[in-house]
Amino acid sequence: MADTRRPAGARRTAKQGGDSAETLRGYYEQMVLVREFELRASEMYARAKIGGYCHLNLGEEATVVGLLAALRDTDYLFTTYRDHGYALVRGMEPGAVMAELFGKTTGVVGGRGGSMHMFDADLRMLGGYGIVGGQIPPATGAAFAIDYRSKAGKNAEAVMCLMGDATTNIGAFHESLNLAGLWKLPIVYVIVNNRLGMGTPVELASAEPDLYKRGSAYRIPGVRVDGDDPVAVRDAAIAALDKARADRQPSILETMSFRLKGHSVVDPARYRSKEDNEEAQANDPVPAFRNRLLKAGALDEKTADGIHDAIEKRVTDAVDFADASPDPSPSELFDAVYATPVANESRAYPGDPVTTVESVAS
Amino acid sequence: MATATAATADTTAPAPTTGTATLTLAKSITAGLRRAMQDDEKVILLGEDIGKLGGVFRVTDGLQAEFGTDRVMDTPLAESGIIGMAVGLAMRGYRPVAEIQFDGFIYPGFDQIVAQVAKLHYRSRGAVRMPITIRVPFGGGIGSVEHHSESPEAYFAHTAGLRVVSCSNPQDAYGMLQQAIASDDPVMFFEPKRRYWSKGEVDFGAADVLPLGRARVVSTGSDVTLVAYGPLVATAKDAVSAAADDGVSIELIDLRSISPIDFEAIEASVRKTGRLVVTHEAAQSVGIGAEVAASITERCFNWLEAAPERVTGFDTPYPPAALEEHFLPDLDRLLDAVDRVLGRPNSLSDWEG
Repeated sequence: MADTRRPAGARRTAKQGGDSAETLRGYYEQMVLVREFELRASEMYARAKIGGYCHLNLGEEATVVGLLAALRDTDYLFTTYRDHGYALVRGMEPGAVMAELFGKTTGVVGGRGGSMHMFDADLRMLGGYGIVGGQIPPATGAAFAIDYRSKAGKNAEAVMCLMGDATTNIGAFHESLNLAGLWKLPIVYVIVNNRLGMGTPVELASAEPDLYKRGSAYRIPGVRVDGDDPVAVRDAAIAALDKARADRQPSILETMSFRLKGHSVVDPARYRSKEDNEEAQANDPVPAFRNRLLKAGALDEKTADGIHDAIEKRVTDAVDFADASPDPSPSELFDAVYATPVANESRAYPGDPVTTVESVAS
Repeated sequence: MATATAATADTTAPAPTTGTATLTLAKSITAGLRRAMQDDEKVILLGEDIGKLGGVFRVTDGLQAEFGTDRVMDTPLAESGIIGMAVGLAMRGYRPVAEIQFDGFIYPGFDQIVAQVAKLHYRSRGAVRMPITIRVPFGGGIGSVEHHSESPEAYFAHTAGLRVVSCSNPQDAYGMLQQAIASDDPVMFFEPKRRYWSKGEVDFGAADVLPLGRARVVSTGSDVTLVAYGPLVATAKDAVSAAADDGVSIELIDLRSISPIDFEAIEASVRKTGRLVVTHEAAQSVGIGAEVAASITERCFNWLEAAPERVTGFDTPYPPAALEEHFLPDLDRLLDAVDRVLGRPNSLSDWEG
């Protein structure tokens, strides 16, 4: 059985010289934003400010930042339900993201989507998706639309479609990869491998646990990268996206990281051993990147603390904003079920007038 | 796509916008697709063997030759992939029309339809629209078996965000399909496959086209309201004539829109007749007939002279061909239900005469 505990074949970043201290500090700042936001989201969940479920990016910060550093404004992003960090780093306001978690009208989709469905068409983040694998066929369709309407080239648009490790066992994954491989679509399928599908380890769920190889049946190449290293993730993602843009070559990028907490905020993760937890904590990407920048002289303690304090304030402001925002009104329940007025649709509480054919101009 | 070929514009004759022709229901759908594709270049077709082969029922016959392989796409056998691709295309401004080869083949795409197609507009609070049409040949009567003869419309009618419609004649097939494609909301378009070969006159320039959500009163009557849709409208018409010979006047309503339902039309009719019979091929329990019967009972309780009757497929899997005629609602069963709501001697009279 392949060893997925360590990222065998992972590209450890060799060169640091290519990046300015400012760029690296920027990555660190984004990682801290995701970290602090998620910790606060967890706290707000415990305080019953957030309903439903809530899946955190804790341990995935380097992957989030690396992937989005590679993604251009003109590219499209589809993610899983573990999407808060992606929304933040893609450019959604922390207040609006927190408000979405709170179900408030000021959320990124007015509180409609909640934790799992961050959506901003302008930022070309076309959704977090609550169904495992639900995003893969639509993302493939978006890549098809790019292929359909524009020419390949180094400035072409591309799609990045995220999924977790367990998603590679779902039929939609295979249907979509076949389509992308067959039609040469500009898409990068990113498998965020945190070693656990909820509580089931990858090697107990996938007959081919080297997930980056799972596109081979569709002639889709894959690479594995250290997901705890934002620079390595970014470089690998740029390479994959470039192939998508210029050659319409779809590919898989597997990022190896650890989930620091349970599957969702309500999961105590009792299925994990002490050693397992220790290994995850030892690979925590945020302090690791901080130490790396300190060592390289790209960051000093004072600046690092300053970043942390500023982010903490931003997140506090986000919580305050969400807290102070209005709840949706009961009358909104029926809004946007359909895009257009549809005769006889049920859009009223008992006693309210119904939409009649006459009231619909069609 | 390396194999894409562009259509040669000068070989494409414009789809007729005036005049009439006698067409089969299948060919009227072809004509509707052709017109929609000429009217809007964002309309693209995808499905299994719809291009070169022209589809199992030849509904898309000739369209790939006319519009090119990039607008009429043969896909792999992958319903989740087909529907999901349509979602991505819709997000980017296209109007995809997906063909599902047979009713029973839609289940692998079910997740994408109910979890994404139906809900993305609501979930994104209107940020994206899903102008997707999903064409589904449905129903039995062709001597086929399960997966090839089913009526899965109620699954979709149960899902808010989808419009579910079915045509029963060539004129409606032509017009409703274009309305479905033009709709900014997703439409499940159920085509009565056993009526594909029945002919009717199609007026290409018909001005008084009914809105997609509106039911049609096919024939007026005063004794019983009979509600049907899709393949059973023809059977119900036979029932209207047979009952008339017996002195019973049936008002026949072709539902057309299965979700939402035009209850106004049924209400108006039942307030006149006081009796309701609903029919469909799909199984009875939790079906469209149950919804119509319940809603009309709520709205017209004081007008009803008898409990509404349902004449439907039975609560079994779709049977093998040799048993099909015993499963499908037919003229006798419709007339029997008409007798029941009229309190005349009927198949149940021995027990509840």
